[in-house]
Amino acid sequence: MTALLSISGLTAFYGAVQALRGVDLEVGKGEIVALIGSNGAGKSTLMMSIFGAPRARDGQILFDGRDITQMPTHEIARLSIAQSPEGRRIFSRMTVFENLQMGAAVAGFEGFEANLEKVFGIFPRLKERLRQRGGTLSGGEQQMLAIARALMSNPKLLLLDEPSLGLAPLVCKQIFETVKRLNEVEGLSVFLVEQDAHHALKLAHRAYVLVNGAVTLSGKGADLLRDPKVRSAYLEGGAH
Amino acid sequence: MEIFLQQIINGVTLGSIYGLIAIGYTMVYGIIGMVNFAHGDVFMLSAFIALLLLLLLTQMLGLAAAPAFVAAMVASMALTALWNYAIERVAYRRLRSSFRLAPLISAIGMSTFLANFVTVTQGPNNKSIPPMWDDVIKITSGGAYDVTLSYKQILIVAVTGALLAAFWFVVQKTALGRAQRACEQDAKMAALLGVDVNRTVALTFVIGAALAAVAGSLYLLQYGVVKSSDGFVPGVKAFTAAVLGGIGSLPGAVLGGLLIGLIETLWGQYFSSDYKDVAAFSVLAITLIFMPSGLMGRPDVEKV
Ligand SMILES: Nc1ncnc2c1ncn2[C@@H]1O[C@H](COP(=O)(O)OP(=O)(O)OP(=O)(O)O)[C@@H](O)[C@H]1O
Ligand SMILES: [Mg+2]
Repeated sequence: MTALLSISGLTAFYGAVQALRGVDLEVGKGEIVALIGSNGAGKSTLMMSIFGAPRARDGQILFDGRDITQMPTHEIARLSIAQSPEGRRIFSRMTVFENLQMGAAVAGFEGFEANLEKVFGIFPRLKERLRQRGGTLSGGEQQMLAIARALMSNPKLLLLDEPSLGLAPLVCKQIFETVKRLNEVEGLSVFLVEQDAHHALKLAHRAYVLVNGAVTLSGKGADLLRDPKVRSAYLEGGAH
Repeated sequence: MEIFLQQIINGVTLGSIYGLIAIGYTMVYGIIGMVNFAHGDVFMLSAFIALLLLLLLTQMLGLAAAPAFVAAMVASMALTALWNYAIERVAYRRLRSSFRLAPLISAIGMSTFLANFVTVTQGPNNKSIPPMWDDVIKITSGGAYDVTLSYKQILIVAVTGALLAAFWFVVQKTALGRAQRACEQDAKMAALLGVDVNRTVALTFVIGAALAAVAGSLYLLQYGVVKSSDGFVPGVKAFTAAVLGGIGSLPGAVLGGLLIGLIETLWGQYFSSDYKDVAAFSVLAITLIFMPSGLMGRPDVEKV
C-alpha cells in the first residue's frame, strides 16, 4: 500500500513545552487509521501540526509524495487534505450554507452543487438547516456540519479529531458508519482521533497509540483491541 | 425650527464622513482585534493627497472642478490604500503574533509618524482648495432663516450611501467578504480551509484606507481646508462612532457615525460649540454603561 500521508521523526513545541517527541506514522491510500491516547497525549497537536500549526520543529511530513513540512497552512489546505478539528470550530455567526461555502473555498466553485448534494445525501438534516446560523445548531448538528464542511473540498484524506465528542450514542454510531461508507464507497482515506477507543479500533484498519507525545504501539485495529496493555489503559474504564 | 432642520442636514453630512472612517476602525478591530490608532492619520493623509492632486489638476492642468475632483478622489483612494498596505506590512503584521498591546503601540507610533511627516512636508497650517460647487438648494425660504442643502452635501451623502451599499454587498455576498468574516471569527480555522489570512488582513487594510480616502476627499470638499493635525480629532470621533455603534459591527459604525455627527452639530448649535466634543464622548460613556457592547454590537455569548 502506498502512503498518502507519511510522517517521520516529527517533533513540535508550544513555547518551551514539547508536545510531540519524534512521531513516525503513515496513512495509506484508502485506509482508515485511528490515533488513540489519553487526554493531553498530543493527538490534536499531531493533527494540527500536519497543517503546520504548530509548525514541526524536526522531522518531515509528506502528503501524496510532497514535502509539506514548511508549507503555509492555507497552502496545505489547498492540497486534497481536509480537517474537522477538535472542538468543531464552526463559524457560528455564518449560516450553515456559508459554512459549507467556506469548506469549498479551496475547491473553487466548480462542482460546488454536486458536492453540496453529496453532503446533503450524507447529512440530510443540514439541508433543513441551511439558512440557520452555525452557532444555533445543536452539538450533533455542528459536528455534522464540521465534517460536511471538510468534505466540501473533495479531499483524498480526511482528518477527524474526536468526531464523537459530546454526541448521543446513536448519532455517534451514525457518524462512524458514515466514515466507513465514505471509505468503502469513495476510497476516502481517514485519519481519526478518538477518545472512544473501542469504536475507533473496530472501525480502523490500523491504529497508533500515542503516549506523552510519542507513539508507543501500533498495529491492526483488531489486534490492538485484543492487546492487554491497550485494554487496561484505554478500554476498561482506565483513562477515559 | 429652520435652524434645527439645517443642523440635521449638516449633522448627517458630517456623520457620513465619520461613518466612512469608522468602518476602517471597526473592520480592523474585527479581524485582528487591534485599535488602529493611525487610521485617523491615514484619513488626514488621504485628504492631503486629494488636495495636492486637486490643485495640480485644476491649477496647473486647467481641468474643470468636477472631473478633477473625481480623479483626485480615485487617485487618493489608490495611493492611500497602497500606503496603508505598506503600513500593515511593515508595522503590524509581524507584531500580530506578539503580545496584545504590541501592534497598538506600533500604531500609535505610526500615527505620530504620519502626522509629523505631513507637518514637516506641508507645514502645520490649514491648506485650502479654491471654492467649488457652491450652489445650494433652498429648502425653505421667507422664514427667519433659509434652510439650504448644498450640492456638496447631496454628493457626500449620496457617495457615502452608494459606497456603503457596495461595501455591504462585498462583505455579505462575495468570497472575499466571507473569507474576511471567517478570519474575524476564527482565523486558524479559516487557514485550515485554505484562506490566506495574511492576504485577507492586508485587503482589510486596503479597503479601510480606500473608504477613509473617500471620507478625506469629501471632508476636503465640504470644509475646503485640511491641516496635518486633522487626523486626530476626526479620528477620535470616528473611533467613538465605531465604539458607540458596537465595535466590529459595520452597520453599527455607520449608525454611530451619523449619531456622533448629529450630536456634535446640534450641541454646537444649541449649547456651546466649545463643548461639542464633550457631548459626543458623554453620549458614548452613557451608552456604554447601559449597553457595554455598543448599540449594534453583539454580546459574545455563543455555543462553543
Ligand atoms: N496552544 C497551546 N499552548 C500550550 N500548550 C498546549 C497548547 N495546546 C496544547 N497544549 C499542550 O500540549 C499537550 C498536548 O495537547 P493536545 O491538545 O494535543 O492533547 P490531546 O491528545 O488532543 O488531548 P485531548 O484528548 O484532551 O484532546 C498538552 O499537554 C497541552 O496542555
Ligand atoms: Mg485533542
